[in-house]
Amino acid sequence: MAAHATPRSNESKPIAALLVVAAVAIVGFLIVVPLVSVFYEAFSRGVGGWWAALADDPDTRHAIWLSLTVAPVAVAINTVFGVAAAWLVARFRFPGRSLLISIFDVPFSVSPVVAGLALVLIFGRQGLLGPTLAWLDWKVIFSWPGLVLATTFVTLPLVVRELIPVMEAIGPEEEMAAVSLGASGWQVFTRVTLPNIRWALLHGIVLANARAMGEFGAVYVVSGHIAGATDTMPLRVEKLFQEYRQPASMAVASVLAGLALVTLVAKFIIERRLEAESRDLEAARSLENTRLEAARP
Amino acid sequence: MSIHVRSISKSFGSFRALDDVSLDVPAGTLLALLGPSGSGKTTLLRIIAGLEFPDAGSIEEDGADITERHARQREVGFVFQHYALFRHMSVFENVAFGLRVRKVPRAEVTTRVEELLRLVRLEGLGGRKPSQLSGGQRQRVALARALAIRPKILLLDEPFGALDAKVRVELRQWLRRLHDEIGMTSVFVTHDQEEAFELADEVVVMNHGKIEQQGTPDEVFDRPATPFVMDFLGNVNVYHGRVENGRAFWHGIPIDYPAYPHAQSREARVYLRPHELEISPPGAVANRLGTSLAASIVRVTRSGPITRVACRPHGSEQELHVDVPTEMARGLQIKLEPGTYVAITPRNARVFIPGPEYSI
Repeated sequence: MAAHATPRSNESKPIAALLVVAAVAIVGFLIVVPLVSVFYEAFSRGVGGWWAALADDPDTRHAIWLSLTVAPVAVAINTVFGVAAAWLVARFRFPGRSLLISIFDVPFSVSPVVAGLALVLIFGRQGLLGPTLAWLDWKVIFSWPGLVLATTFVTLPLVVRELIPVMEAIGPEEEMAAVSLGASGWQVFTRVTLPNIRWALLHGIVLANARAMGEFGAVYVVSGHIAGATDTMPLRVEKLFQEYRQPASMAVASVLAGLALVTLVAKFIIERRLEAESRDLEAARSLENTRLEAARP
Repeated sequence: MSIHVRSISKSFGSFRALDDVSLDVPAGTLLALLGPSGSGKTTLLRIIAGLEFPDAGSIEEDGADITERHARQREVGFVFQHYALFRHMSVFENVAFGLRVRKVPRAEVTTRVEELLRLVRLEGLGGRKPSQLSGGQRQRVALARALAIRPKILLLDEPFGALDAKVRVELRQWLRRLHDEIGMTSVFVTHDQEEAFELADEVVVMNHGKIEQQGTPDEVFDRPATPFVMDFLGNVNVYHGRVENGRAFWHGIPIDYPAYPHAQSREARVYLRPHELEISPPGAVANRLGTSLAASIVRVTRSGPITRVACRPHGSEQELHVDVPTEMARGLQIKLEPGTYVAITPRNARVFIPGPEYSI
């Protein structure tokens, strides 16, 4: 982008060049070089070695499998919650509404480790619900439900945050029109609301998924770090690294990094669709406004 | 289908949008709800549609109480102010929506939608998205969509508000024809009195959540029931004076007001419409003492077929506005220019006694 910028005067040319170099250097050293080195290390023994590191270790296999099951469940919970919460906040005015919007952001501002500890305090054996859960013989902490809870907690704001501004910009009129035409609540949602927010929703889902796959802190606390049982991919990377099994650690890390790159591409495509739609919305608005102006006596 | 609104009240927080409003809309009528913004006209329309529910009162359609009935079951066509077209659907799908959610067979949907697109003169545009249409075309899609479900009642919220002047007049006449052809009962909301008077069989003037007057356009225009209606219907000259023995006086000219026959004088306001004042050479004043008054012209502005003359009656500081048809102004024996002395004769005047409910 910076390279395309046209400096207004000759004096700013050296400064512009300096800024471009600085930006490229920072991006290069902080992002590109480390990422490339992860892949370099992961494939240092060839594709066969990489594959063996992933597939031959049952604990690693389990960790990949666990991540691939925990993340979708957390994202699904998030999607349902996100749509419902965004609809509530965008369509209704009620006391405590802005407080609620702030609460949605808590998982962003709280350290994931604290979030994990909070979950242990509630669901742990000594926790608030500990006796009840013990009586029901349900294990939450140090098991799969705990992982889902922790992952859901840290990704909670991603879908709601994405949807609220879009739903507010679209407004309730189309939904009311659908109701007046005889649509049921479900028909309004599936035929009008959902198609209108689909790109924003997908964007939120992609971001939430990326965050869910990569979550470390909260999951670390609630998982108990049991190899072959509650280790997700990021936890497995750390454990392998601590055990001086760097190539194996890097192989798992490269899977995570690969997922991140896929996310990046998906995000890029979706953002272009979102931009196109908001441009349409804006064009429609300005057309209406000019007409309104023209109609005024 | 006739609509009867009985003693409807509706508040939003501390704001009283509708205050004990009753209204009858006979079957087949095209009725205009006219009023300034915040007068409650849109709220009333939404309550009739079932998009809003009243705090008190009831609504009947052909004698059946529908107050509790959900918008979905009311068989009412609603056209929104900014059309509210489904942006992700084609024009065809927009019009088909009401039929699709009713599970009408596919073939029947196609026939009906094509018939409607012909009716609103949008044949061949069924595949377009709303964003590819002009304002007037969008408006017609919104109408076709509302008509698809064969509503007994058509409700329109500021239907022409967002269109430019030429398209507006065209669509207005077209809507009138459409209403007559289909034979529905239609109610539309507007703040534009010209629109209300040109289009409607009945005009309801609203203000502060209450109905000020209901009647045919002629009734409302010729016999405004309240000072508000008088004011709202156009620029008007207002004078403060007193009324006694069934008469008020305006610059010495008596104006009958039989509603107040008492001898004790009381504060009153005299309303004179600019087009109901006559301008003539000053000599006439002497001949018609007690019916005309002398004034001098302050300002003259032409606005197409109407020439607006601002005069100052002798001995008064308040300007008096007179509208003269430009044709007639040319035929006058005097020059309409600042400084000219003229005689002003009111052809019509109205007196209102300010009541406790009256405030401007």
